[in-house]
Amino acid sequence: MTTLPASTAKKLGLVIDLDICVGCHACVISCKEWNTSNYGAPLSDMDAYGENPVGTFLNRVHTFEVKSAGCNAQTVHFPKSCLHCEDAPCVTVCPTGASYKRVEDGIVLVNESDCIGCGLCAWACPYGAREMDAAEGVMKKCTLCVDRIYNENIPEIDREPSCVRTCPAKARHFGDFADPDSNVSVMTRERGGMELMPELATKPVNRYLPPRPKADISGDIDILAPLLAPVPENKGGFMGWLDKALEAI
Amino acid sequence: MTVHQPDLDTSAKVSDEIRKTTCYMCACRCGINVHMQDGKVKYIEGNRDHPVNKGVLCAKGSAGIMQHYSPARLKSPMKRVGERGSGEFEEISWDEAFDIAVSWLKPVRENNPEKLAFFTGRDQSQSMTSWWAQNFGTPNYAAHGGFCSVNMAAAGIYTMGGAFWEFGAPDWDRTKLFMIFGVAEDHDSNPIKTGLSKVKANGGKIIGVNPIRSGYNAIADEWVGITPGTDGLFILSMIHELLKAGKVDVDYLRRYTNLPQLVNTVEGSAEFGLFLRDADDKPQVLDRATGKLVAFDTPGIMADMANGYEVDGKTYKPAFLVMAEKYMSDEYAPEKAADRCGISAERIKAIAAQLAHTAFKEEITIDQPWTDWKGEKHDKMIGRPVAFHAMRGISAHSNGFQTCRALHVLQILLGSVECPGGFRFKPPYPKPVSAHPKPHMGVTAGAPLNGPHLGFVRGPEDLLLKEDGTAARIDKAFTWENPMSSHGLMHMVISNAYAGDPYKIDVLFMYMANMSWNSSMNTTEVMKMLTDKDENGEYVIPKLIYSDAYSSEMVAFADLILPDTTYLERHDCISLLDRPICEADAIADSIRWPVVEPDRDVRGFQTALIQLGVRLGLPGMTNEDGSAVYEDYADYIQNHERRPGVGPLAGFRGKDKKGKGRGEPNPNQIQDYIDNGGFWIDHIPEDGTYFKPWNAAYQDWAVERGIFDSIQPYVFEVYSETVQKFRLAAQGHGAHQPPEHLRAQLDMVMDPLPIWYEPFEQTIVDTDEYPIHALTQRPMAMYHSWGTQNAWLRQIHGTNPMYVSGEIWNEHGFEEGDWAWVTSVHGKIKVPVVKMDALNGKTIWTWNAIGKRKGAWALDEKAPEANKGFLLNHLIHELLPAKGDGMRWANSDPVTGQAAWFDLRVKIEKAAAGDEIAQPDTPAQKSPVGRGPQDITYGEDF
Amino acid sequence: MHPAPSVILFTTLSGLGFGMLFFLGLGVPEISGWTAFGYFFIGYALAVGGLLSSTFHLGNPQRAMKAFKQWRSSWLSREGVLAVLALGTLGIYAAALIFLDMKLPVIGIIGSVLTVATVYCTAMIYGQMKTIPRWNQMLTPVLYLVYMFAGGALLTRQVPLAALLLALATLVQMLHWVIGDKAFVNAGSNIGTATGLGNLGQVRLLESPHSGTNYLLKEFAYEIGRKHAAKLRIISVLCIGLLPVMILSFSTGGYLTIVSALVLHMVGLFASRWLFFAQAEHVVGLYYDKHRA
Repeated sequence: MTTLPASTAKKLGLVIDLDICVGCHACVISCKEWNTSNYGAPLSDMDAYGENPVGTFLNRVHTFEVKSAGCNAQTVHFPKSCLHCEDAPCVTVCPTGASYKRVEDGIVLVNESDCIGCGLCAWACPYGAREMDAAEGVMKKCTLCVDRIYNENIPEIDREPSCVRTCPAKARHFGDFADPDSNVSVMTRERGGMELMPELATKPVNRYLPPRPKADISGDIDILAPLLAPVPENKGGFMGWLDKALEAI
Repeated sequence: MTVHQPDLDTSAKVSDEIRKTTCYMCACRCGINVHMQDGKVKYIEGNRDHPVNKGVLCAKGSAGIMQHYSPARLKSPMKRVGERGSGEFEEISWDEAFDIAVSWLKPVRENNPEKLAFFTGRDQSQSMTSWWAQNFGTPNYAAHGGFCSVNMAAAGIYTMGGAFWEFGAPDWDRTKLFMIFGVAEDHDSNPIKTGLSKVKANGGKIIGVNPIRSGYNAIADEWVGITPGTDGLFILSMIHELLKAGKVDVDYLRRYTNLPQLVNTVEGSAEFGLFLRDADDKPQVLDRATGKLVAFDTPGIMADMANGYEVDGKTYKPAFLVMAEKYMSDEYAPEKAADRCGISAERIKAIAAQLAHTAFKEEITIDQPWTDWKGEKHDKMIGRPVAFHAMRGISAHSNGFQTCRALHVLQILLGSVECPGGFRFKPPYPKPVSAHPKPHMGVTAGAPLNGPHLGFVRGPEDLLLKEDGTAARIDKAFTWENPMSSHGLMHMVISNAYAGDPYKIDVLFMYMANMSWNSSMNTTEVMKMLTDKDENGEYVIPKLIYSDAYSSEMVAFADLILPDTTYLERHDCISLLDRPICEADAIADSIRWPVVEPDRDVRGFQTALIQLGVRLGLPGMTNEDGSAVYEDYADYIQNHERRPGVGPLAGFRGKDKKGKGRGEPNPNQIQDYIDNGGFWIDHIPEDGTYFKPWNAAYQDWAVERGIFDSIQPYVFEVYSETVQKFRLAAQGHGAHQPPEHLRAQLDMVMDPLPIWYEPFEQTIVDTDEYPIHALTQRPMAMYHSWGTQNAWLRQIHGTNPMYVSGEIWNEHGFEEGDWAWVTSVHGKIKVPVVKMDALNGKTIWTWNAIGKRKGAWALDEKAPEANKGFLLNHLIHELLPAKGDGMRWANSDPVTGQAAWFDLRVKIEKAAAGDEIAQPDTPAQKSPVGRGPQDITYGEDF
Repeated sequence: MHPAPSVILFTTLSGLGFGMLFFLGLGVPEISGWTAFGYFFIGYALAVGGLLSSTFHLGNPQRAMKAFKQWRSSWLSREGVLAVLALGTLGIYAAALIFLDMKLPVIGIIGSVLTVATVYCTAMIYGQMKTIPRWNQMLTPVLYLVYMFAGGALLTRQVPLAALLLALATLVQMLHWVIGDKAFVNAGSNIGTATGLGNLGQVRLLESPHSGTNYLLKEFAYEIGRKHAAKLRIISVLCIGLLPVMILSFSTGGYLTIVSALVLHMVGLFASRWLFFAQAEHVVGLYYDKHRA
């Protein structure tokens, strides 16, 4: 049934911290290697060594530049994967029921054996979270590593999505947004976690923490003036200071 | 409504087995868990226990699967059958390959070992490869440091006995202000990323100084888009401000630096600028309590820094005063620096003030008593939580050595080296210059070299010059042109060998160095030098042996190929004798081991080298009966001893496996490492983790662990007497004299205190015609040329546009999709351009080493890398254009010889819309491994 | 949106087919026997051919039967179910008419209503997409239905009605363009809301996540030149209705005029349907900086 569950017991998702993502693509490739060998069909790479290599990726990092007049521009690295929306339009459009949102944790998945590869769910998704695999003809998407987070063959500490485990800058956090005291809920609250394209009312679970203000863009230059005042001459100037400093030791 | 969901097995088996080894997708050396299924690599993740990466892994590391199964892997030894450069080869057996190599190398060794030039590129086994070269007897050995980072290494070691790069690290957990200069984002990258995250999580601030706001600078809280080549001036103007305001750590300087030492101020004398020394040759300081001269390291004294001393009519001043006088002059005022640096004087002052504020107003203390090497007890550790880090951005300039020194001096003035919250060394550092070897050149036919090739000169007497004054080494390292070239000059080898200057060689032997492409300046000409023939129809560089795991551009130019394995198929040790993986509070080393056996006729290069050494009868690897001392590299790793009890691996030594750092060889050592997760770590005692150069607990522990054989405390050489000795020689003093044409330059650059001078290229070329700075950076998801064969990574960076500042973009009226000609005095390239506003206005830049030669790396000849991708290298020459006197000077730092990649000046013009092929368009080489498969679906077997 | 030929063929042909069947189900024109067979054959060929061609764009057409399951939430599923019901119902009607010479008007009317519902569902597959503001407007189903009726009238040779509907289709189509051209901006999504960075300044893509292309770009970021689009719109306006109406106004219902009007109409239909996809901008393009103001 591709209608959405009225509510889910948990709301698992990611917090992505744009203030610390350095754009290294670690999450992109870690996702690729885990998912090409695990849940469902492999993530193929067409023309892998040729003129126009095109592969299936479930997570990609964009780089944006933001500029306002008269100020330095800033660079923002922006990882993007499925946001596991509460009102996921990709689920309701699916004609076969392959696309569904799990009642227990809210993860949006594709049951590939039911997927006819019509592509409608990718059309319905505003975020580009779904990619049709060119070799297999089925829709691929982030599973939030559903085959890791509950996997008893994996040490407990590692039961998190591959992208989160690998992120060197700790820009990705995994947790339950239904729990107001979870790491992700607290971070979202404290740092003003954003929804992407809220106007489309998809109610994305994943949140983005905005970049903190940059001193070279927003701040007036604060010289901490007294700190760098030259040693006054009436105190003996530099040599007077040095003598005093040596005596003080 | 009931919702039907498919049954999902959320607990599927992950893999048959996890094998823990060390990554080699770059130089970071992270620990990895390689998940194996049905004998194939299924998944690679970071090893949580590993000291380097603590579980995380970058894009390259995760893409290791594609590197291991790369279609570009060489399959068998090969000998060249076509012309050099064509890529035509015939596969041969290892026996035949060794026979050919021996037939070339044996006569060289027996007649004149210097006719072999053996240079290794991104080698992580330099202690072994240098040992081999030393036993061969050639003076011509180095790795790639000379074109990469030697300014940083030499400046660090000469100044403070340790360097940035991965040889030290900020105290990530405690630092409150972290400032990075020109940091390459592919190096030591996971620790830096994790560290940046910690600084932010702790509420600290990050200041990024870089013309380009990418990567680390993108997340910096404050970005300083400095003009390339002016970092030294920026730093010295901050020092100016700090000194004027008295915001330096006087007690720290007095105790831990040579600034109290008395300097001869008699200009024109042969001792000018040298320290006053006693009968034991120890520099003298004034004891403030008694007013008497004492050796600098006398316990219990209070060194003066405010008063001079006069004896025999000669005046001596504390180096501190010499320094203060210099930097407090108006020459270094922020107002003077602002325009050149592209940073307002207000901002320079503001940043200096922030440094001072954090260092002195936000001082931190750890309640950890410790004892210094003089026996003085300290009841706590005082920290100045300001940390710095820098890399190639400030190093690859012709003023890089002094710029790196300036940064170290800034750190030291703030008292923030080796204190809590500051920058900390990783063992085997700190290590004073005096504990490093000097370079050696004693060649004897048929015998080993008389000592290590590379090292640290202490004065003109240590240069490697033959009696006739010519260079002893093919790369002219340790000559007056670049006296302190501690890493050699790999980038000069091919052009010098081609020119026969200082002499001709017979065999060029290289490993993992893509010299015919992205690892050379002036790529097109290097290809010509490798293929040029003399009047007899012989190649000018007669024989070329090359080892690589992959079908790189350089393969096509070799006469004999020794195919290496992938990193998952080999033994390696990341050794304390080499570039270890230590932490600031621990020693650590690690191994690689074959988690997969090779399915091709390839051997690990180090194994092949040992086997070749045995066939050449080299000492150290050959027994008296001619048999092999070591069967292969693994055997060497376990059983070789560099000094008694000290070998390549420090852990699990001795038969009882309990030896730490010292102990007899353990015949099961590699297995013990494997059982321990592929690495070994041993922590420094709590009271020895900071102030290590002066900390008795650390020094004693370092001796116990075999890092030193005796304790090596020292003071930081803010004032460098070694550098001053070269300046004195330039001024005509002493027995060792530079050639006349170099005197003026040496006199200028060999300043015992850091200075800033204009990068050389812009003093020679017309900067009105070439107004733009051009730079390269390595992307975090690629390492050198290796990434392109990687089906996953090449999708991220398959082309490299030239990023053009908004200012230049508008001035030239560029539009999206445009191409441009970028021209330097040396050459011209046609490239696609992209606008970037977060960039120094006078600068353009591109990603490095994305462009590929057609036919290389098993890519289709239509690959974007080979058609749209390009190298900036074509615009850079190892020599500068002729000066007024008609001479061509090296395009490198005159102190260390470091290649000045980032001095490049260019102009840019819109190119006519055309075929959208980057120029120059190098003709294809034939691929000895064919082309990679069309489509791949890796993982479908699992 | 990528203008996939299979989808253009599917929507246009099935629309024509169902339009024709709609009139046949209502007993217009009055036919029987082999004539009826001929008419129904054409109607079925167009509708079924269209439906079949839609399966060419499926990644796994062998599982197409599974698409009937989710009629409660999915317009595509509803379309499939209704198409089968419509074709089945009208099949009974046609069989009775052709072989038994029996008229079953109730069944025919039910079948005709089902064809309308089917085409409505087809339209709503596109019309529901909030991600594609050009489609997400009230006129999208109107447009599909008016095309259906106009094509059906033409195919069933109802000259005056066809002329009226063709003119109406042209009007609706032009209105759909007018509204559609402003829809993206009016919908309110931009690179600032897509990235959440809009409050920091002007946002611009600096580096694409991958230097090459990908599924999303191929599928959603189809770019068509302004001039090219303008030409196609003129061709559409001329062919959808203007020229066919002119031809029909001189017609007495002869096959030649009907066929020439039909051919022209189909040219217009294909052109406008191609534009329907090619000019549809998906919001995901914002992440690739494809919709600069």
